[in-house]
Amino acid sequence: MEYRKERIDRGIKARTEDIYALFSYREMLYLLVPRAIPILVLFAVTLVVGVYWQKVLISTAVFALLALSWDLLTAAGMVSLGQALFFGVGAYLTGILNHYFKLSPLFTIPIATLGGGVVCTLLLLPVLRLRGIYFAMVTLALPLMLVRIIEATKIFGGTEGLSGLSGLPSTRFELYLSIIAVLAVLFFFRRLINTDYGLVLRGIRDNDRSVMRSGINIYWYKAQALFMASAVGAFAGALMTHVYMFVGMPVFEMDYSILPIASAVVGGMGTFAGPMLGAFILVPLSEALRGVGGLRIVIYGLFLVIFTVALPEGIFHYFQRKYHQFERWVKVEK
Amino acid sequence: MFQGTLIYGFVNSVILALLALGFNLTFGISGVANFAYGALYILAAYTAWMLLTWLKINYFLSIVLAVLFTSFIGGLIYRFILLRVRGMPISEVIASFGIGLAILEFFRFLGFVGSEYTLPVFIDGSVSLGGTYIDVQRLLIVGIGVVLVIFLWLFTHYTKTGLAFRGMAQEERTALILGINSDKMATLSLAFGSGLAGVAAITILPLGQVAIEGGYSALLNALAVCIVGGLGSTVGVLVAAVLIGFAQTFTATYIGSHWMMIVSLVAILVILVVKPSGLFGKQKELEERI
Amino acid sequence: MGEGREMKEEAPFLRVSGLTKQFGGVRAVDSVSFDLKKGEILGVIGPNGSGKTTLVNLITGFVKPDTGKVFYQGRDITGMMPHRIADLGIARAFQMVKPFYQLPAFKNLIIPLFSPRVKRLTGGKYGDRDAIAIDLLEEVGFERDSFVPFKIASVLPHGYLKRMELALCLALRPELIILDELFSGLSMAEVASMLPIIEKLMSENLTIIMIEHRLRELFRISNRVIVLNYGKKIAEGLPKEVMESDEVKKAYLGSETE
Repeated sequence: MEYRKERIDRGIKARTEDIYALFSYREMLYLLVPRAIPILVLFAVTLVVGVYWQKVLISTAVFALLALSWDLLTAAGMVSLGQALFFGVGAYLTGILNHYFKLSPLFTIPIATLGGGVVCTLLLLPVLRLRGIYFAMVTLALPLMLVRIIEATKIFGGTEGLSGLSGLPSTRFELYLSIIAVLAVLFFFRRLINTDYGLVLRGIRDNDRSVMRSGINIYWYKAQALFMASAVGAFAGALMTHVYMFVGMPVFEMDYSILPIASAVVGGMGTFAGPMLGAFILVPLSEALRGVGGLRIVIYGLFLVIFTVALPEGIFHYFQRKYHQFERWVKVEK
Repeated sequence: MFQGTLIYGFVNSVILALLALGFNLTFGISGVANFAYGALYILAAYTAWMLLTWLKINYFLSIVLAVLFTSFIGGLIYRFILLRVRGMPISEVIASFGIGLAILEFFRFLGFVGSEYTLPVFIDGSVSLGGTYIDVQRLLIVGIGVVLVIFLWLFTHYTKTGLAFRGMAQEERTALILGINSDKMATLSLAFGSGLAGVAAITILPLGQVAIEGGYSALLNALAVCIVGGLGSTVGVLVAAVLIGFAQTFTATYIGSHWMMIVSLVAILVILVVKPSGLFGKQKELEERI
Repeated sequence: MGEGREMKEEAPFLRVSGLTKQFGGVRAVDSVSFDLKKGEILGVIGPNGSGKTTLVNLITGFVKPDTGKVFYQGRDITGMMPHRIADLGIARAFQMVKPFYQLPAFKNLIIPLFSPRVKRLTGGKYGDRDAIAIDLLEEVGFERDSFVPFKIASVLPHGYLKRMELALCLALRPELIILDELFSGLSMAEVASMLPIIEKLMSENLTIIMIEHRLRELFRISNRVIVLNYGKKIAEGLPKEVMESDEVKKAYLGSETE
């Protein structure tokens, strides 16, 4: 007698497809609870914690933004090993606008976000035509090289960076701004990927030739995805610059490239909520493990390997599956 | 000064070529971009150092063991990690990157930081080449580089494994039909590539210090040379190494050493605009993948 | 079949002229030329490896030719990007069907419906893409008013995937369709059930290039046939004529016949 595991959608899952969810409170709750609870918990946490952990949460939100940005690129078939590029470009644009042009954060952040998106898209435009590996290589190389350039030419403050930049009204303000930004991007990207537009992006990832023969210019769509992702990353950088009131070479550091990937891999690639979850796990965790110092990145590296190989679906997928489906053992028919 | 720059430029080119060959070989044969390359590079150096300093093993033996060990680790990485994610480029990149990261930072964690981590040069002293003084080590690098390229050429043209490598590189499906085991080849290609990284490390690093940053630089330089020369093309790598090598050295001499990395960056950007697949790149553009 | 169709004197609908493509030492396509009139069904046959798919790739922009030109409705489309060629109305089916396996069948069709071409032709009003997709699937033989269009592509049998591939082409509202071994891997019954669909396309004045190995069915439908061997065109004409040619027989059978 042999058995196999069978997974079936729960009844309530089927009943909540589309508009039918509005037909009963129970079904609406089924959909709302997993979305509402984390958000409520998040806001509750922001109310109770002290300044130190508020700063940690801001940092978490920033990494979550980078993770979301990474996930969008991956959904469209581009693997970025250099989220630090977007982050750093946004950070420096903000710093430059604030330091040399004396613009206030109200202006520097939006301009740096859009400008960062434009700059990064233009930089990476030539590699969009090539196999994904080139994109990965160039995104890896660019931030590391930009650091050397800044170091050598001493522009934009050189090794010292630009300090004394404007700050934001208060830590609470920064906190709420960053969290709202994360939630906004999360919802936007999730909705986007489920539209027909998102289908095109996913198509480009799975079978780009098929998308091309369907009359769609895949490079244009890839560029759009790249713009959106890099703008989000630039925003993260812009925000951090004003939180720390400083921008310097460290903005291009590997940390900003690796942690988002680790968050996405641990949390669950492709779901957007997963990367965000991953960030909210890994960043506070690494903060708590401050004492361990250098081992931190070793652990990230190992996480990346273990999750990619053994649990590729990530935590979020796992919980999503448990929530939406039930499993049972079924006899194998001959 | 010009003559000196010329000579040092040539040495630099050979160094870059040594760095890039291993990465290029692995990719050309199995299509795996080994982002743990820099880590393996440093691993070889630290292993040699440990054998030499802690176990007091003869230097020559140490470096041979170190290179073999590195090859072995490279093969293991493929066999136990990359094999499971073969075919999914995203996962391949992340996994190899992750393990490379773990290795490098683990060394940092263990405290392998500081100026005592150096490898002695093979032969001390310097010679004069028409008025320019150059370390014997550098000459040895050139010698080893040339020998290596010849060895590789002979290997891939006259040995069974080598021919299998070329077969895989040129046309994987046909190679499979002919009975060449793809996974075994990939494992070997990673082992080989890592071994080359090791050879590069123990040859080049005696010139300076062994440092974690060197791992990232090595990967970066290898990438730059491969991007400019064209992934998968040995000729491309050699030509690119020469171009970038000379450009870097001339820049360092006449403009400033900090600008060396910028040369690599500019080279990458230029090649991306002019011929994105690299000088000799056989990368078919997306459309042409049949 | 279709021998009595009128031949007009304007620029040929499709003109392929001297197309050549070399891969390394192999001439995959060697100076191939032919013309196609609007509404014609052209069969392309030849032994495996004779360059049929490469020819299609050359026409549809997936591969750039070494020399030669392709003219579509008088316009030089040689070396254009594949999406632009598709945008002009040339749709192609792939020999190896690779659908989006985790998506339902009809979702697979959304992408061409999202293209600029379809937007232009429907006057900017997309309507409900899902509904159009289901209609398209029913046109190519998916059972009407059934669950089949909603099934995930990974559970569909090969025959349905082939039909889906055809639907993907039709979604583009093309004027020229290039089918690359549509009937491969199908049983006689499945092929028989697909023939009426092709015949319906013919009646709608669609121009079709069909690469096929199933010669009996192909000869029933096509107006003309060209034969490729080792990249060269070795014969062209009515199906009957072509099959009588000695060179064609040699190409397929390898030696003097009987």
